[in-house]
Amino acid sequence: MESQPPEERSQQRSKGLPQVLVMKPPPLLTLFEDKFISSKFQLLKAWESTLPLDQFLTTYAGSVRAVLCSGATPITPRIIRLLPSLQLVVTDSAGVNHIDLNECRRRGIAVTNAAGVFSDDAADAAVGLLIDVLRKISVADRFVRHGLWPAKGDYPLGFKLGGKRVGIVGLGSIGSAVAKRLEAFGCTVLYNSRKPKPWVPYPFYSNVHELAADSDVLIVCCGLTAETRHMINRRVMVALGKQGIIINVARGAIIDEKEMVECLAHGEIGGAGLDVFENEPNVPKQLLELDNVVLSPHRAVFTPEGFMAACDLVVANLEAFFQDKPLLSPLIHE
Amino acid sequence: MESIGVLMACPMNPYLEQELDKRFTLHRFWKVPEKSTFLSTHSNSIRAVVGNAFAGADAQLIEALPKLEIVASFSVGLDKIDLAKCKEKGIRVTNTPDVLTEDVADLAIGLILAVLRNLCECDRYVRSGKWKKGSYMLTTKFTGKRVGIIGLGRIGMAIAKRAEAFSCPISYHSRTEKPETKYKYYPSVVELAANCDILVIACSLTEETRHIVNRKVIDALGAEGVLINIGRGPHVDEPELVSALVERRIGGAGLDVFEHEPEVPEELFGLDNVVLLPHVGSGTVETRKDMADLVLGNLEAHFLKKPLLTPVI
Repeated sequence: MESQPPEERSQQRSKGLPQVLVMKPPPLLTLFEDKFISSKFQLLKAWESTLPLDQFLTTYAGSVRAVLCSGATPITPRIIRLLPSLQLVVTDSAGVNHIDLNECRRRGIAVTNAAGVFSDDAADAAVGLLIDVLRKISVADRFVRHGLWPAKGDYPLGFKLGGKRVGIVGLGSIGSAVAKRLEAFGCTVLYNSRKPKPWVPYPFYSNVHELAADSDVLIVCCGLTAETRHMINRRVMVALGKQGIIINVARGAIIDEKEMVECLAHGEIGGAGLDVFENEPNVPKQLLELDNVVLSPHRAVFTPEGFMAACDLVVANLEAFFQDKPLLSPLIHE
Repeated sequence: MESIGVLMACPMNPYLEQELDKRFTLHRFWKVPEKSTFLSTHSNSIRAVVGNAFAGADAQLIEALPKLEIVASFSVGLDKIDLAKCKEKGIRVTNTPDVLTEDVADLAIGLILAVLRNLCECDRYVRSGKWKKGSYMLTTKFTGKRVGIIGLGRIGMAIAKRAEAFSCPISYHSRTEKPETKYKYYPSVVELAANCDILVIACSLTEETRHIVNRKVIDALGAEGVLINIGRGPHVDEPELVSALVERRIGGAGLDVFEHEPEVPEELFGLDNVVLLPHVGSGTVETRKDMADLVLGNLEAHFLKKPLLTPVI
């Protein structure tokens, strides 16, 4: 039995259950594997095979109808071509920028994401990063830990959050949660979105440049698409101004990172709180030397509660699919 | 008013110093080599003391200044002023309420998020290059957690309002119950601690509230509980808190104040479940200016025989 490849062994173990392809285990699966034991499906674990991925897919995934992916396992046209029976892509994230939506639409492949379950945590992280940058929490904590308080006396002053004009880029589930929180701190909320939302009480700006010009803070909460790539460019940052703060809990590539680093280094913007970067886990070296930035390793949504809710949603979508029931969080193509 | 002597207890704000210099004869107490000689030399000209959270006017200082008429504190806290002595001698006392309420409340929430979501730890993790080598673990969700507030005054209420935006159920302990708020009242701090996830100290420091957070309260808060102190260091039995943190009998702490500032227990420096700040609760450019203007306004009003802006006594 030991000489059998793992994929054949697991197929024999749960014969009959439809398979869900997983190319590499997403954090959800690694942390909460038990939640993925289902009577409606079984996992086809490509990473356990010694075969190169393409060969594995061609050999074993011909009849696979569903794939569970995450940011680390993009669903490209090439992957889709190797899965002729694919009908459903389930991602563990709110973001879908790693999935070729055009190709999915063309093939009639449904996509579900983990919409909504991460909004509170992402919003909490955004607010936490903003207060940290304005009030210098992380840098002052370092100051105390290095024993500098007795020697150097009072720490330099930070800046007040109340009354700040906060421009939210993308007023979806996460952006709305951020807005709700910041209103309680006495901030004035403004936003830019693909389309205005007349039912929200905040002023709408049709482009990010105008939003930046009228804001003290920009909080990036939108998805990464071809349109939003490098949307926060040098012109936007200069409009935000020398006291301006950028908070990014969305995707690194929405900001022109190289320009942002230059703006921060030369004082053209006041500071930044960043959970995401263009080329994670690489962070531009210059940022590591700045005291007016707070850096986070893409963990804005990493709480047990958020992950468990995401697990439940992912499993519920898969089970619904295999029972021919409506998907719980399908992506609606706008 | 230039002949009026004003004694500033310690350095606190360059703008305030500058303005006091212009209007009065300002004496900087921290630059005086021989304090008792100085006091006897100037005892007849000093009519005002300007103090703050670190140094104010104790009984000894008040006795040494027979012409003292007013103590204007660059803080809302009055624990460094001998209020009974001031009352006895008819000395006026002013502080800086309201202008700093928002900043202190903002910092309390900032500390909660920094502790629960490990923001400072994450920042250190990225800066040290560790992210390239591995993934960071899960942090603790804030939204929906139970927040317990000790002291529901201006600052306590501002903290409650902010925490509500994160869907946190609010409970509190105060000298008297406040039925006009919709928050749950607990008659003792131990009960409050036992029934919340995050305990925030927002009351004033008096004889009664010294060590209000003691071993019993820390035990009641428990291994998942987090303590946030934006009040005064002596609110907490600091050695008890330190051992509870080191032994992981309490989940974590966000501390802006300490019993013997600027000294901070070194055992805390290596812990990943604490955030340590150098008393920056009201430390923003905007608010410190507002506080300074309030101190100046109170002094001016007093010496022009007008009503004080923010009198305590």
